[in-house]
Amino acid sequence: MSQVNVTINGEHIKAVEGMTILEAAREAGIFIPTLCHHGHLDAYGSCRLCVVEIGEGERKRVVASCLYHISEGLVVETETDKINNYRRIILNLLMHRWDNIPVILLEKYGAKNHSRFVDNMTYCILCGLCVRYCRDVKGANVLGFVGRGTIRQVVIFPNQAAKYCPTCCPKEMECLHYCPTGVISSQYYGSRPADGQKLPHAHPVCINDDVNILEILERVGHV
Amino acid sequence: MSYLLAKVDQIIDGYGAEKEALVQILLDIQHEFRWLSRETLLHTAARLGLPMNHLYNVTTFYKHFSLVPQGRHAVSVCVGTACHVRGAMRLLDRVSQGLRLSPDETSADEKFSLKTVSCLGCCALGPVMVVDGKYMSNPTSNEIAVIVEECE
Amino acid sequence: MTRLTSISALEALRKEIISRRDPARLKVSVCSGTGCRAYDCDKVIDRLKSGISHHGLSEKVEVVTTGCHGFCELGPVMAIYPEGTSYFKIKPEDVEDIINDTLSQGKLVERLLYVDPEGQVQAKERDIPFYKYQNRVVFGNNHYIDPEHIEDYLALDGYCALAACLGGMTPEEVLETVKKANLRGRGGGGFPAGRKWETTRNAPGDVKYVIVNADEGDPGAYMDRSILEGNPHSVLEGMLIGAYAIGAHKGFIYIRQEYPLAVENLNRAIGQMRALGLLGENILGSGFDFEIAVHRGAGAFVSGESSALMSSIEGKVGEPRPKYIRTSISGVHGCPSDLNNVETWANVPIIFNKGVDWFTSIGTEGSKGTKIFSLVGKVNNTGLVEVPMGMTLHDIIFKIGGGIRDGKKFKAVQTGGPSGGVIPEDMLDLPVDFDALTLVGSMMGSGGMIVMDEDTCMVDVARYFLEFLADESCGKCVPCREGITQMLHILKMLCAGKGKPEDIDVLQEVAAMVKECSLCALGQSAPNPVLSSLKYFRAEYEAHVNDKCCPAHVCKELISYHIDPAKCKGCGKCLRNCPVNAISGSKKEPHVIDLDKCTKCDTCFMVCPPKFSAVTKLSGSETLPAV
Repeated sequence: MSQVNVTINGEHIKAVEGMTILEAAREAGIFIPTLCHHGHLDAYGSCRLCVVEIGEGERKRVVASCLYHISEGLVVETETDKINNYRRIILNLLMHRWDNIPVILLEKYGAKNHSRFVDNMTYCILCGLCVRYCRDVKGANVLGFVGRGTIRQVVIFPNQAAKYCPTCCPKEMECLHYCPTGVISSQYYGSRPADGQKLPHAHPVCINDDVNILEILERVGHV
Repeated sequence: MSYLLAKVDQIIDGYGAEKEALVQILLDIQHEFRWLSRETLLHTAARLGLPMNHLYNVTTFYKHFSLVPQGRHAVSVCVGTACHVRGAMRLLDRVSQGLRLSPDETSADEKFSLKTVSCLGCCALGPVMVVDGKYMSNPTSNEIAVIVEECE
Repeated sequence: MTRLTSISALEALRKEIISRRDPARLKVSVCSGTGCRAYDCDKVIDRLKSGISHHGLSEKVEVVTTGCHGFCELGPVMAIYPEGTSYFKIKPEDVEDIINDTLSQGKLVERLLYVDPEGQVQAKERDIPFYKYQNRVVFGNNHYIDPEHIEDYLALDGYCALAACLGGMTPEEVLETVKKANLRGRGGGGFPAGRKWETTRNAPGDVKYVIVNADEGDPGAYMDRSILEGNPHSVLEGMLIGAYAIGAHKGFIYIRQEYPLAVENLNRAIGQMRALGLLGENILGSGFDFEIAVHRGAGAFVSGESSALMSSIEGKVGEPRPKYIRTSISGVHGCPSDLNNVETWANVPIIFNKGVDWFTSIGTEGSKGTKIFSLVGKVNNTGLVEVPMGMTLHDIIFKIGGGIRDGKKFKAVQTGGPSGGVIPEDMLDLPVDFDALTLVGSMMGSGGMIVMDEDTCMVDVARYFLEFLADESCGKCVPCREGITQMLHILKMLCAGKGKPEDIDVLQEVAAMVKECSLCALGQSAPNPVLSSLKYFRAEYEAHVNDKCCPAHVCKELISYHIDPAKCKGCGKCLRNCPVNAISGSKKEPHVIDLDKCTKCDTCFMVCPPKFSAVTKLSGSETLPAV
């Protein structure tokens, strides 16, 4: 892999070609906030908190740093007024799904509760980390997405859970550790599906194989 | 094996049981039975070697799939842009009132299903209501009531 | 049909088809597109066919059931060639007169002719303003082709362009020709098709794909459907030429299942091609192999986005993926994939048949050729119109479209569907091309053109589009999913009279973020309806916020229905039709609406005879005129 020269926030950095901007920045100790990124999983690009500006002058544009691959001579800025303002708006929006966003992020970008937004406090920001981990790394398919657009959500498939969750890491449920919001509750430690107890679930509802999925979709927003 | 699953098998085999043909297979099943029952989904998943989370993801993503039985009479109100500016929302209100159904609902006796669609391409008639393939241009409440009466 | 193994065999077949046709025979072309079918054109066609054989006219007259003619406003539509006599709004009972007068004696049936706004009767298609100002390059052949018969297409130089490419041009020459013609994608952004082809051709990899995007999802646009229904072979021929230039041997057509007639005609056309050896191995003996698979989309607007469409073809959820690597380099299964929309493909054979110079002589500096628009909404002549790029909005709406319905005042025209914007009256002289529309904050999109009059509320229109997008967003990225949710929430508040002065700024702030930060084109263009209406109709937003008034009398919560006692003659029509018995009054006495009971269903307004026009909608501080 060849080395390329990139400039991040005015700093000249050597990085390996094929890296994303996010990887190169982190390697150089430059902070870029993310909520849907995890080194073990393919980049997904859903939270958009990692947006940065690339290029110069007229050709400046906004890209998601977790997805954009660096090339020789790339100029990146991670904390311009524009970018920080966008991050503030994104955090403002997310606060209406999850009111526990780390204070450090909120303070850094000046995000605060917005009185004109409507609450949809599901505590799940649909970053998909749990689903992607369960599906792509473990091949277990216990978790999945249903619905699209504003009613999209994460649900659990109990039959799969009964089969696979007991074979996951014996000490703890791994999906829980990928979840940035902590919505997959830790109350399920020690009372795993194999014990015939409740299942770990992504808030607000879990899917029961006997319940039709449409009913669940209808309940979104009422829980 | 039931008639139902034999029919599903026939559809799946028509596509060589290819995973990639999932959406096409589901479309055919939906067309055949007017909805996708849990039984047919489980069977399709097993035949194609796909997990159920994938099937539910697909079936709840695309608008055409229905996971509940549909009424015998399909009533659609076009809410495309052309119909919208010509008063489709008022028409939808009247139809809703006449059928006592909200959009995307099916009556308890499975007589009617009410849906909204985005553009039927007959913008000249707008706002349009379609009952079992018959087009009607901006019917009044009384006219809607007559149609409701006429349907079996 | 025997399989054609050489280009000369194709030409021989064409000659034979043409020689079998009697040029003196009358051709009755009846539109059987989806619009006319809604008007029961099937019954007209049945009567016509049986009537003609009953009168022994079968030798003299041929009935052609065609795709859409475009003039949907006056359907069912018929044209009789070679004269080009046009009849409109034909009922089954009119057929007898058409046969007795026109087909037997050459006389006109006056009552079915077009009368122009000046009161002049126009018998010929070419004299009718709706057709006269169009340039129907792509769409014109619809009148002469029965989509069920490949012979009709072959008789009109069908597959000539393909033969020319396969027989005498290298793939590079074909590519150069399309680049020189500067054919830009008709599906949205207007990216040059030739450059897309070139990228795909030069991308590393042996397996390459060409794809037809027929997932026409813009509500109010139906030109792609009409091409596929009426002239499917033109799209298929274009696709084959593209595949040859790119070096692809497999193609996909992604078409909405909501278009059953188009799917049917397309599948039949593909079968005909296969039978003739225009598909498969060694096409026309040229050594070029090609196969096509049809994929039906199951209803997702976002699947029209290229990466989402390709995921759908792979049988997955049609979710966009990041496109920093273009689909022309890595598309279906990671292979280079060229995607163009229906109308773009249909333009390709024309470029070869008529020449680059001819093609580039039409249109503007940056946008060559013609564009089909679906002219709909509050316009007199609803339908599909094909015009040279650069025609002004004014000419399209007033000359071709015949102006605004019911003598109302023009307010705005919306182009580009949910990704586009509204254009106000003082910009009507804008020449319509890709760059001009983008410059004013709208876009060409696939060519929907929705005309709005004074009775259209711009806040409501913005709300309408966001409601559509909230439903159609895939929900993957935060800006699009959450941004649209909150913008829609605010717009709903405005329409309900619960707006706050800061709302307009909040809308603008969120819109700017969604535009730049969203993952795919759907999200990036989602704020356009809000931003453009705010730009040109800010006063309407302010009226909703400050005066709780909907000036266009659309937003239900902000209006009330009243009967003007000075105008009401007490005919009782509204009283009888009111579904909730909210209207009272004795015969011949002015009626009154009980506002507590009224559900604002608009029925009384609709049924009140125009000569009285007594039912009035009031909003904000408006009051009935003093008696």
